[in-house]
Amino acid sequence: MKPAPFVHHAPRTVEEAVEVLGQVGHDGKVLAGGQSLIPILNMRLASPGHLVDINGVAGLDEVAVTADAVRVGALVRHARLERDDPAYAATPLLRRVLRHVAHPVIRNRGTTVGSIAHADPAGEMPAVLALTEGVVEVAGPRGRREIPCHDFFLGALETSLAPDELAVAVRFPLLGAHTGTAFAERARRHGDYALAGVAAAVTVDDGVVSSARLSFVSVTDVPGALDVTEAVRGQEPDEVDWSACDDLVRGHLAPEDDIHATAEYRAMLAARLAHLTLAEAAADAVALQAGSGPRHREHEAVGVPREGGPAA
Amino acid sequence: MSDPVPEELLDVTVTVNDVPRHARVPARRLLSDFLRHDVGLTGTHVGCEHGVCGACTVLLDGAPVRACLMFAVTAQAHRITTVEGLGTVEAMGPVQQAFTECHGLQCGFCTPGFLTTVTAYLEDHPHPTPDEAREAISGNLCRCTGYQNIVKSVLRAAEIRAAAGPGAGSGATGDAAADAAGGSAP
Amino acid sequence: MTTQMFGAPIRRREDPRLVTGGGRYLDDLGKGALAAAFVRSPHAHAKVVDIDVTDALDVEGLVAIYTHEDLPGRVGEPLPLLIPHPALTHGRTQHALARGEVNHVGEPVVMVVARDRYLAEDACARIRVDYEPLPPVVGIEAARAAELLVHEDVPGNVAAHMLQEVGDVEAALAAAPHVLELDLAIERSASMPLEGKGVYARWDADRDELRIYSSTQTSTGVRAAVAAKLGMPLAKVECIAPDVGGGFGVKINHPWPEEVLVPWVAKTLGTEVKWVEDRREHFISSAHERGQLHQVRVGFDDDGRLLALDVRFWHDNGAYTPYGIIVPIITSTQLLGPYKPASYRCEFWSLYTNTVLVTPYRGAGRPQGCFAMERTMDAIADELGLDRTEVRSRNFILPEDMPYDHGLLFQDGRPLKYDSGDFPATLDKLKALVGWDDFAGYRDRARAEGRRVGLGIGCYVEGTGVGPYEGGHIQVETSGRVNVSTGLTSQGQGHETAFAQVVAQELGVPIEDVFVTTGDTRRMPYAVGTFASRAAVMSGNAIALAARQVRAKALRIAADALEVSADDLEIVDGVVRVKGAPDSSMSLGTVSVMSNPLRYAFDEAAKAATQFAGSNDPDKPPVADDDEPGLEGRDFYSPTQATFANGMHAAVVETDPVTAEIRILRYCVVHDCGPMINPMIVEGQVHGGVAQGVGGALYERMVYDESGQLLNASFMDFLMPYASEVPHIETDHLETPSPLNPLGIKGAGEAGCIPVSAVIASAISDAEGFAITSMPISPVELWELRRRHDAGDIPSLRHHDATTRKHR
Repeated sequence: MKPAPFVHHAPRTVEEAVEVLGQVGHDGKVLAGGQSLIPILNMRLASPGHLVDINGVAGLDEVAVTADAVRVGALVRHARLERDDPAYAATPLLRRVLRHVAHPVIRNRGTTVGSIAHADPAGEMPAVLALTEGVVEVAGPRGRREIPCHDFFLGALETSLAPDELAVAVRFPLLGAHTGTAFAERARRHGDYALAGVAAAVTVDDGVVSSARLSFVSVTDVPGALDVTEAVRGQEPDEVDWSACDDLVRGHLAPEDDIHATAEYRAMLAARLAHLTLAEAAADAVALQAGSGPRHREHEAVGVPREGGPAA
Repeated sequence: MSDPVPEELLDVTVTVNDVPRHARVPARRLLSDFLRHDVGLTGTHVGCEHGVCGACTVLLDGAPVRACLMFAVTAQAHRITTVEGLGTVEAMGPVQQAFTECHGLQCGFCTPGFLTTVTAYLEDHPHPTPDEAREAISGNLCRCTGYQNIVKSVLRAAEIRAAAGPGAGSGATGDAAADAAGGSAP
Repeated sequence: MTTQMFGAPIRRREDPRLVTGGGRYLDDLGKGALAAAFVRSPHAHAKVVDIDVTDALDVEGLVAIYTHEDLPGRVGEPLPLLIPHPALTHGRTQHALARGEVNHVGEPVVMVVARDRYLAEDACARIRVDYEPLPPVVGIEAARAAELLVHEDVPGNVAAHMLQEVGDVEAALAAAPHVLELDLAIERSASMPLEGKGVYARWDADRDELRIYSSTQTSTGVRAAVAAKLGMPLAKVECIAPDVGGGFGVKINHPWPEEVLVPWVAKTLGTEVKWVEDRREHFISSAHERGQLHQVRVGFDDDGRLLALDVRFWHDNGAYTPYGIIVPIITSTQLLGPYKPASYRCEFWSLYTNTVLVTPYRGAGRPQGCFAMERTMDAIADELGLDRTEVRSRNFILPEDMPYDHGLLFQDGRPLKYDSGDFPATLDKLKALVGWDDFAGYRDRARAEGRRVGLGIGCYVEGTGVGPYEGGHIQVETSGRVNVSTGLTSQGQGHETAFAQVVAQELGVPIEDVFVTTGDTRRMPYAVGTFASRAAVMSGNAIALAARQVRAKALRIAADALEVSADDLEIVDGVVRVKGAPDSSMSLGTVSVMSNPLRYAFDEAAKAATQFAGSNDPDKPPVADDDEPGLEGRDFYSPTQATFANGMHAAVVETDPVTAEIRILRYCVVHDCGPMINPMIVEGQVHGGVAQGVGGALYERMVYDESGQLLNASFMDFLMPYASEVPHIETDHLETPSPLNPLGIKGAGEAGCIPVSAVIASAISDAEGFAITSMPISPVELWELRRRHDAGDIPSLRHHDATTRKHR
């Protein structure tokens, strides 16, 4: 399975990249990590005439933690962000989610910004952007602009990026010292696309829940944050019955049937994971405030066999 | 349909196992094909060309990547290590040695991808538990072994590396000489 | 000092080159060869109306384009039907390139040859084929209903209908105290080796000879088939299987269209041509297997003894039947497992569908049969409230019953007669390994914690080492090097090692001096192939017999030279020496020199041999009438029937009460393949089989939509297990030697995968409290079944807890 021919462009600066994109328009695709794009090209599911290979563009490979956000450049590989300790300290959710993106080998090459620009409903990083109400920084012929998350994702694999624009960075706003987070997804195999995934952020102020929000993987067309605070506000974090959020969750979801799972199953699974992650995020918030640092609990995909059974 | 345009050939030079290798290839030449057919290093195998099976895994500046999901032209900025760079029959690297001791391969087709992956993994995690070893190899498909002996091979490779002492070559640099010095089993 | 080689778990001789990138698989060969690619049908069923190649002609590097019209004579005729059978009344095979009609997505229509594969695919993309789509037949139910036909001249879509019966099943059912009916299903999966198919052909214009390399399980088969197709003498065609990246059955079928076309094009163009199958091609144009629907009626008494077993099943054979009906025949015979029902009737229909063809995949019909039998045994146990191992025990063929003739014909056309095996002992070992008797307590504790766990079991018998024959040729060179060749092929089974162990043992030579070649028609032209767990039994024995010939000859020559009796000699570490007087000796290399009375002392070894006088009787010729020059032996092993291995597996699974996710907590295997040449290799084979079995139980299925499109034709969506999905496998073994062959061995290649679906279904049923009758099963399906069970649509097990009882 070999790709169709294309003209290869290797710009060295963002401006050059934008200029080339302007020339090739809809017949061009940006190549960064290539972990989603190249399989598509190899299978000839797409045959763009031009590839704009931005791997040589300077200045796009930084991870910066500011007072407000974690800013990730377009060439930052998932693996690099996953390992970044300041980013983890500022927003533990990033590492918690990144561990679930494909396999480590794919993460060595795939980029977080690329994943967000790809806008696959089964992608994890768009869900993080949604939960943190993040922003995509874009460079285009008309200069730079910023697109807030809710304006960025238009549909499955569809964003508001114009063909002559390049996403140069994303910013994940910090969630604050009172907000704990958690993530869980379940897949058929280790590293597969999730059947359903949930990211949760719970804020605990003065010993009670003051905010609870969720975003989803694989069960909505477009990643968006769901605020479930009204169902649980004011309760003590370890006493909440999180199933009170179920109606809100179900109303938000739009899962689909495919060969791996039915829509109903995905909805059930997402609701179940919502319970688990909300509870974990609440506990994380409490731990943060007790000064015991970000907590890291395991919600593993179906996988690693454990010893068990009568003789074990 | 418009007439086909003759493809432009690019001068591509990639450092493979510490040696610069040059060929004139189209931009769409996958790194896997470049290594196998233009450089002639056929140890890297192609199982799927969509990034799932891992047979084509090579090291890019020491980190494992799928060679079928990269173009040779993009790889130019990097150092590639293939299975041939991990050691030779006379001087095997610790991971290669471990696989031969533990029956970690049967047909051998997926094996180069495991060898590079495990070599890099042990650099970062020199003392894995059995569960960790299993997780580390859970991104590569093998149809022959059922993985039992591959897990054992990972643990044995860790032992061999540890026994060889600090600074022993693990093959990640692609330097066969370093492997010969430190990588052979005691 | 001679090390005992037979039975030693030594490291493999293949490995050093394979782990250092020195393997030579098909695509590693033929660097300068032209590349082939194919335009394949996008429709499951269609007439090919027109093929327009105009736009492809300008692709740079294009060399040739072929359609069916271009194929001369036999090349254009249908591919051979390899294994005819009287029951296969409506066998059909395809043309190498479609002739006017296509019957599955992926069927090759146009062949393109170009300078490289990229360009060949470019040309393919520019070829326009006009199809007139026809309504496709997809799925067993649709094939059976036969409202639409795959082949117009095959009524009812029935390729074959076969019935075997022993005893009077209807009468026995009518008289039976208990009768149960089961509807069971297994879905399609596939071998899916990591290396796809591949063919590389070289035409030698100087000598009018063709050399073919193919990633095949039978180089002799490919050679003969291609020679026949091309109308060439066998002597002018060679076929070599290089290193092969897995087969698991899919590479035994031959000749594939590409195996005919690539050599034909090489001959036509007078050059080298290579085709390397990519993953998508492998999904849609190699072969699948496993899809069957079963209806079982079983009559039994109060003790659970089988009085009548009536099985009807429908087998999906895909669009064509080049490999005949071997798979359903194996299902119908191996279904019986270790049991002896008083009467048995098995009837099957092999049906066409507009999908990829079906040829053997490891297990080759046994997994389906085992599933039917084992679900039935579990159902009997549940009905009567008996422990599931107790019911099985009561039906075992016992060691004293051996040899046990079932009264049926096996896939080799010979009696299904079990030669050996100790099923009660195998079961005892398994129960001890998994802790069967302790499980009830464990399950109670788990239930108290809100966990759902279950224990499952599956037993199988496997007929291995089917004929007709294999051969071994051994030659000792003057250097002492021992060359061994056998004609069947290798795909990772460690033949270079295991067969060398046999020779080292039989001949008394250091294993480092033994070099094994497989799958090369130049070296051993008489062979059948690697399949049906036969290689060790067939070639192992043939090689042993050849080695014994060499040994006898070596002793005879050395005895004459040393002037002793052959009985006084032994061979140790490659040296023939007098027992008790080791200084009186000669190396096998020297014996080799002496065996070949050349006039010329062309090297030191030849010259040195002159110190041994030997007989110089002027009345006798240098080479006796009944002798030949050289220290060589060649022999063949041809059995009267298969030899029967067996095994039993057990698993503990846990299911998530909410999400229905399924986790295998423990997987236990006890297998019996008799004495093992290399226990490490055998265990590796078992591991690999279990992993494929787990894939088939929980993850793998081919998903066709109603228009015959394969929806999951990639590794992203066809879910083969990673290490994370395969449990730790605990093994124990038994060795009941085979009385049928000189080495006393049985095959083990397929053992691991045969009972896995049965075992996992048994365990999940045990965890859930209702019967699982269709595999594979995913969490989604289990969740759906639970809802139907809760709603009363699926009955609960009647005596659930009693089926795993602590032995009184």
